[in-house]
Amino acid sequence: MARSQDRRPGFSRRAQVGIFTGYVIAVLGVVLGAGLLVVSLFNPGAFAFARAGAAEVARPVGQAGAETRVASQGLFAGIAAYLNAGRQNAELSREVAAARANAVTMRAIEGENRRLKALLGIAEAPPRPVAAARLIGSTSASARRFAVISVGSNQGVRAGQPVRSGSGLIGRVVETGPDTARVLLVTDPDNVVPVRRANDGLPAFIQGGSNGRIEIRLINMGVNPLHKGDVFVTSGSGGIYPPGIPVAVATEPHRDGATGHLASDPSDADYVLVLPVYQANAVAALQASEKAAPPPPTDDGAP
Amino acid sequence: MIGTRESLRSGRARARINRAPSPLLAIGLPWASIMLASMVTFSPIIASAPVLPPLSFMVLLAWRMLRPTLLPIWAGLPLGAWDDLYSGQPFGSGIVLWSAAMLAMEAIDGRFLWRGFVQDWLAGSALLAGYLLLAAGFAGIAAGYPLPMTVGPQLLLAVVLFPPVTRIVAMLDRVRLLPLKRI
Repeated sequence: MARSQDRRPGFSRRAQVGIFTGYVIAVLGVVLGAGLLVVSLFNPGAFAFARAGAAEVARPVGQAGAETRVASQGLFAGIAAYLNAGRQNAELSREVAAARANAVTMRAIEGENRRLKALLGIAEAPPRPVAAARLIGSTSASARRFAVISVGSNQGVRAGQPVRSGSGLIGRVVETGPDTARVLLVTDPDNVVPVRRANDGLPAFIQGGSNGRIEIRLINMGVNPLHKGDVFVTSGSGGIYPPGIPVAVATEPHRDGATGHLASDPSDADYVLVLPVYQANAVAALQASEKAAPPPPTDDGAP
Repeated sequence: MIGTRESLRSGRARARINRAPSPLLAIGLPWASIMLASMVTFSPIIASAPVLPPLSFMVLLAWRMLRPTLLPIWAGLPLGAWDDLYSGQPFGSGIVLWSAAMLAMEAIDGRFLWRGFVQDWLAGSALLAGYLLLAAGFAGIAAGYPLPMTVGPQLLLAVVLFPPVTRIVAMLDRVRLLPLKRI
């Protein structure tokens, strides 16, 4: 196919000027884009208002999409359940028998726990969730991992609040609009979650790898004590995430940590809960001190 | 006086001769389709990894290759800004990359006198590779963590899906020129 020749202006002065202006605006676009990019790299929240507005526009579509997703998952799960009903029934009966025995033990431990806590005078009410929401969108084409939920500042959602699903941690709120909020997922490299190993409390932190996997890094260096299948829950340090939420399962231990996968895949979650910041006072104090003093020198020379 | 049979026979022909494409559709459809493709991130898929190809950018390239003069050369500025609102990239990355892609397409058009399927595919693949790597680089700077290693599968998918996207855009182009307006 020959290329089209219709950009040739001929002798028309007006057409010549029009084409020239087009080039000028296009080059200005590159320059303006570069400027805006620098601004938003130094101040990531600079265009939050525009993004929030855009999310509000797309909210009905996202809501409908989320409902379809949940319904279709239910449909496939239903068909799959029919196919292996017999085997599953036998398995489940065995599991229920085991779980019943466990439940009795748990109840006893719970009672003892309550008595001991009463003795110590610790009153720890579980935090009431701020709001329940659907995940209505995510940045599935970008290397940054954000999701959008269907509640916003009208429902009391604020930036910094953790978001969890039934099975584990999803992320934390970074920007809010009136009826939508943007959530930084655990798999984003910008999100660092302090965790501990569920069975012995070994401290570590988790950083996203942006490819669906996450990196589990130990705080105490030395012999790597991690094994495949170790479960990590939030530790509560840092003051944002409440302790005890499952975050990740280690799959591949390596020299100074492990690669893992998420405890809660956001695509499986039909509803998520927005929780209040675990220790808001501590977080506020930390931010105030950071603002007052320059940041400490970073130490990358870890062995 | 025209009989019923005659009017029926001439109905199909008549439906074409005094009609023109609706200007709203003829000019607006490319813009609308690219903006809708930007909003595909609001899809039912909540991904924990970048899995979808950059559909909006692919639709932009497909329109630009199919109808070189339909989108003005500065179209990357508004459309890139719109894409930035939904893509999760730091604001400005879409504007700069889309504007640069429009200028690059202009240079490619000026350089090669003849165009064909393979050449369009190669040009599209090269632009998509540049776009994805630079976008991942910008996102990596924003996150303070090097990211470009994660775009491999996404790039492969985008290159494979580019010809089907151009076919879909060609179908949209037929819709765009449907003779709907009576002259």
